[in-house]
Amino acid sequence: MIDLVEQYWQQYLWGTAGHPTGLVITLWLTIASLALGFSLALPLAVLRVSKTWWLSVPVRVYTYVLRGTPLYVQLLLVYTGIYSLDAVRATPVLNAFFRDAMNCTILAFMLNTAAYTTEIFAGAIKATTFGEIEAGRACGMSNYTLYRRIILPSALRRALPAYSNEVILMLHATTLAATATVPDILKVARSASSDYYLPFVAYGIASVLYLGISFTLIWLFRRAEDKWLGYLRPVAAK
Amino acid sequence: MFLEGYGQQLWNGMLETIRLALLSLALAFVLGLIGAAAKLSGNRWFAVPANIYTTLIRGVPDLVLMLLLFYSFQDLLNRITDALSQPQFDIDPFIAGVCVLGFIYGAYFTETFRGAFLAVPSGQLEAGVAYGLSGRQIFRRILFPQMMRFALPGISNNWQVILKATALVSIIGLHEVVKAAQDAITGTSSKGAFHAFIFLAVAGLIYLGLTTFSNLLFLVLERRYALGVRQSEL
Amino acid sequence: MSTRDGTLVVENLHKRYGKNEVLRGVSLRAKAGSVISIIGSSGSGKSTFLRCINFLERPNAGRIFLNGEEIRMVPDKNGNLKVADSGQLRRMRVKLAMVFQHFNLWLHLTALENVIEAPIHVLGLPRIDAIERARENLAKVGLSRSVETMYPAHLSGGQQQRVAIARALTMEPEVMLFDEPTSALDPELVGEVLRVMQRLASEGRTMIVVTHEMSFARNASNHVIFLDNGIVEEEGAPDQIFQAPRSERLKRFLAALIK
Repeated sequence: MIDLVEQYWQQYLWGTAGHPTGLVITLWLTIASLALGFSLALPLAVLRVSKTWWLSVPVRVYTYVLRGTPLYVQLLLVYTGIYSLDAVRATPVLNAFFRDAMNCTILAFMLNTAAYTTEIFAGAIKATTFGEIEAGRACGMSNYTLYRRIILPSALRRALPAYSNEVILMLHATTLAATATVPDILKVARSASSDYYLPFVAYGIASVLYLGISFTLIWLFRRAEDKWLGYLRPVAAK
Repeated sequence: MFLEGYGQQLWNGMLETIRLALLSLALAFVLGLIGAAAKLSGNRWFAVPANIYTTLIRGVPDLVLMLLLFYSFQDLLNRITDALSQPQFDIDPFIAGVCVLGFIYGAYFTETFRGAFLAVPSGQLEAGVAYGLSGRQIFRRILFPQMMRFALPGISNNWQVILKATALVSIIGLHEVVKAAQDAITGTSSKGAFHAFIFLAVAGLIYLGLTTFSNLLFLVLERRYALGVRQSEL
Repeated sequence: MSTRDGTLVVENLHKRYGKNEVLRGVSLRAKAGSVISIIGSSGSGKSTFLRCINFLERPNAGRIFLNGEEIRMVPDKNGNLKVADSGQLRRMRVKLAMVFQHFNLWLHLTALENVIEAPIHVLGLPRIDAIERARENLAKVGLSRSVETMYPAHLSGGQQQRVAIARALTMEPEVMLFDEPTSALDPELVGEVLRVMQRLASEGRTMIVVTHEMSFARNASNHVIFLDNGIVEEEGAPDQIFQAPRSERLKRFLAALIK
């Protein structure tokens, strides 16, 4: 068991300069997917709550399909499925893009988290008290200003608890990257396990690493909630 | 037809998926009730292990837990059979899938049920106590039915997650939908790569069908359990 | 004075929440057929006292007798008293029926099902008899047959409380406990519930009513207890309490009501 740790600890954490693996890859996958998904979800959420049906319906279809199918299937679709299309193979830009496992993985993850995040934000936007919107209109705000200064800031804060859940789930989802040969923590664990025939140790170390990241994220979000949702806390009894 | 004769396998895969999901749901449901009872019991010897259970399970990704439990048990089993000079015994991936998924989602159900139990207004239970109903009667006739009403959204959510998580069990060899699609892809590799896209899309559509059906089912259930509650106007 | 005649006798009840002493030695004697109103300002301990009687709250000290039989209590590890025999407590609770401030009807059961639940599952009454009794009592509180199949959420507050009273009546209790039964009702609905209670009082039921409704205390009860700060500040016949109050606090309490 000590041998396994000795030989693999570096791979679990950061790999080598030219070939990063393990923890750094997992963190990179999580952050990149979340950042891209978040940016996509923001405008999509605004479209989702729109009263114009040809704006909101495509978004609803998108979120329904991506939340109704497993991420694993979506990943396979992007990784093996899209790459198999002749149209993709023929175009050099697309070909180069979809050949790379990391690109496929982040694309699939991004689309998936954007779908969930869109629903979370849409729900938060819809929960804005009508009075706040009326007040904004009454002092002459345009829709754009209304969104930018009133609706979105309050909606994003409201979405914080639900979004923190989504972040943890995204972290968990990155383990699928291992099936696409991306060298994240789980992939390292699989290599270590088949190398030493010690599955409990190899996967156990991976579990501990994920637990650590999860706890850190939860702690960070609790602090964020204290800071940004403090105005919702009940007044302390005197 | 364009499924190149793999239609039957995909169909069987779908049935296997449903079977796996239902059994895992049953196990997770039971574990969840026990876990919630433990957490709410007030007894530290029950509450602390339950807390450890939910914290650990929800902090580690499904796939990692699945591989950890599956390969560790298989390894343990191998060592035992070796020691007893018996032939190696392979764990059936279906049973493994049910046990692992049930065990994992039992933790999520614990939280669902815990919240649902707490949501039942205490006045209901007080009235039961004041009128002389026994603890068991209060649980069976007052607490449990009302708790289910609050638990239904959570149960519906968890069910959807379980359905999609069954796709992961293909990784340890179970012949469900994804595995069927992958077999189909390798089987038709000579026919051109476009088939990969088609088969995976079909797999996706099967899941979409299952989740849509589940949504409708839960709408019916919610209506049944919401008897007696004034639905707020949206 | 330790004669223990009468249906319900409570001696010297004490109840403390942490440092806060809510009941500091409250006694009550309810003979069969007496209607006792307990009045006082918020925080005086009225509801707590009532809830100690059927052990929804645990007192720290005191004795409770129902029909001469004492509910045996032993101290628990927190300094409260708990019943020594839970079987005895259940038997006692069956004879004491409670009507709550917030009705506490079982939301997932219809009005009729609410009323027959305890008689069937605690008293062991056959379903047919329970339904018959229930219907009598629902009619008695002035509810039409159509209310039977309705769920509490679809009934007004006044209707719900009357269902709750019917629920209490169907247990055929010896003593009925009312915990501020009209406090949660809209003003227009208070009257219908008070009328039912007045009818019950004139029928000779033993009732202990914690209330803010002075009209009931004055007209329908035959004994009034004024609780202040955890002790019985003054008690007596309604006429005496309302027209010739003796203690300063009672005078101030009554004066504040008129304003």
